Amino acid sequence: MRHPLRSILTVLGIAVAISAFGLIRTVIGAWYSGVEASAPNRLITRNAVSLGFTLPLAYRDAIRGIPGVADVTYAHWFGGIYIDEKHSQFPQFAVDATNFYDIYPEFRLPPEQKAAFKQQRNAMVVGRKLAERFNWKLGDTVQMRGMIFPGEWEFVIRGIYTGAEKSTDETQMHFHYQYLDERLRQTTPFQAGVVGWYVVKVQDPKRGAEVAEAIDRRFKNSLAETLTETERAFVLGFISMSETILVALRIISMVIIGVILLVLSNTMAMTARERLSEYAVLKTLGFGARHLIFLIVGESLLIAATGGLLGILITYPAADGFERAMGDAMGAIFPAFDVAPSTQLICALMAMIVGLAASLFPTWRAVQVRIVEGLRRVG
Amino acid sequence: MADPLIELVDVSKSYRRDTLEIPVLQNITMTVPEGEFLALMGPSGSGKTTLLNLIAGIDRPTGGILRVAGTELGGLSETELAQWRSRTIGFIFQFYNLLPVLTALENVELPLLLTPLSKHERREHAAVALELVGLADRVHHYPKQLSGGQEQRVAIARAIVTDPPLLVADEPTGDLDRTSAQEIMNLLGRLNAEYGKTIVMVTHDPRAAERARKVIHLDKGAFVQM
Repeated sequence: MRHPLRSILTVLGIAVAISAFGLIRTVIGAWYSGVEASAPNRLITRNAVSLGFTLPLAYRDAIRGIPGVADVTYAHWFGGIYIDEKHSQFPQFAVDATNFYDIYPEFRLPPEQKAAFKQQRNAMVVGRKLAERFNWKLGDTVQMRGMIFPGEWEFVIRGIYTGAEKSTDETQMHFHYQYLDERLRQTTPFQAGVVGWYVVKVQDPKRGAEVAEAIDRRFKNSLAETLTETERAFVLGFISMSETILVALRIISMVIIGVILLVLSNTMAMTARERLSEYAVLKTLGFGARHLIFLIVGESLLIAATGGLLGILITYPAADGFERAMGDAMGAIFPAFDVAPSTQLICALMAMIVGLAASLFPTWRAVQVRIVEGLRRVG
Repeated sequence: MADPLIELVDVSKSYRRDTLEIPVLQNITMTVPEGEFLALMGPSGSGKTTLLNLIAGIDRPTGGILRVAGTELGGLSETELAQWRSRTIGFIFQFYNLLPVLTALENVELPLLLTPLSKHERREHAAVALELVGLADRVHHYPKQLSGGQEQRVAIARAIVTDPPLLVADEPTGDLDRTSAQEIMNLLGRLNAEYGKTIVMVTHDPRAAERARKVIHLDKGAFVQM
């Protein structure tokens, strides 16, 4: 190593940039984890106006009767506060306890817990991560204050589910819709008898579009027209609300790559300029263009690969640090936050592209320079 | 008389600077027989280094015929010329031009990377060349750990390691003190006398030129009689 400090700083610069790139890719990937977790045989039926509007509970049987529908369940957003607002950022749904977990098999719940949940009206099931976050155990009583549905609500934990996949959200809370509905009928009857959305399991995923059309046609010109789409499209619809942020993140990630390209290009250009006389000497000795290309591109790729590898390794503690910095909000925003193998691959690929691109000009210069011109730079 | 190793017929060289054409060598015709030790002398800008570069195949003439070691250089592509140089020419520079990150042995081994020799064979050849120049005890030293005279001897070992028929030296003693310069000239004299190497050397130093068998003077791109 001729300039150890320069080389080390360049490698560190690449490492930090690749790590930042990897972290941003991980954040974007986490944003889309819900899409990955979506099932092809599930449709979501919601109010055609928006998700803020509800659908009558009576639609359930009508939907069940539509050809191609295998089963129907529903959910209603609760929006309660546990301890304080800061601690309440997790998904809370009132669900149909009879079949919710049959339609969502990725929420793995032991049979005895499932049975216990069904038997008790104010029972609730929480995801593993949520339980860990609040140190909840089976049998614990949880007090919540309703924001959408006023009053104090008391739940008893009867189940803790785990995700079947890495991308499965383990931060949700589910409880009996009946518990909610019965109370609303007494306190605020205008809020009772409605649900947020239906989850429709279709018999054949290939016929999903056809079934969705049939559901929406069934409720055409009713007081609450429906919009039915695949679960994937439904989740993507949510993500599209944050599209501007995602686009900004993508742009920043590419700017980072641009910056490291400039850093490495600068190093390689300086290196090549300093060694122009040496390249001329090598040419004099009989070394040809391909040898110089091998030398310069090889060095650039080696620096980029070392920095890239280091950057990928740093991405893991960086992701952990990011999770810690996000604190309690992490689970609510990113149910699954892991550095994916595809992210590592993209980071490695980016490092190699940068290494290759940074060597282009110095290589061209070294190959083009006439020997006599290069030798004149001696001394 | 021995066969000519170098043959120049009406060779010219000029450089273009913007629209201006600057002649450096004009209609040079000469032959250098095999085994010759030729010194090229002349004031700065006389064209002696340009002539040396043409003979070494690191620059191309703008006119005339240039034949070295039986090869007409004008017809060779850059790649062919590079291959030809690796087989035919040993180049000795004024400032040695050793690679600072390589040891003396590795520097000398460098030209052998272009040959089909194994690593072991390359190391052996390089060690022999270093022994020949009297640096057997400095093989693992880096250039910065050597004196100027020693560095130039490493450069000479590098020039002869492929056993080329022609050595070209551009001011080989120009950066050395008197004693070191004498040692280098003794070494070049030995390579010429004992190993039959043809040497073409550019020098400003009359003492160095005295060691050559023949001295040619150039001025303004042409030979002059002294």
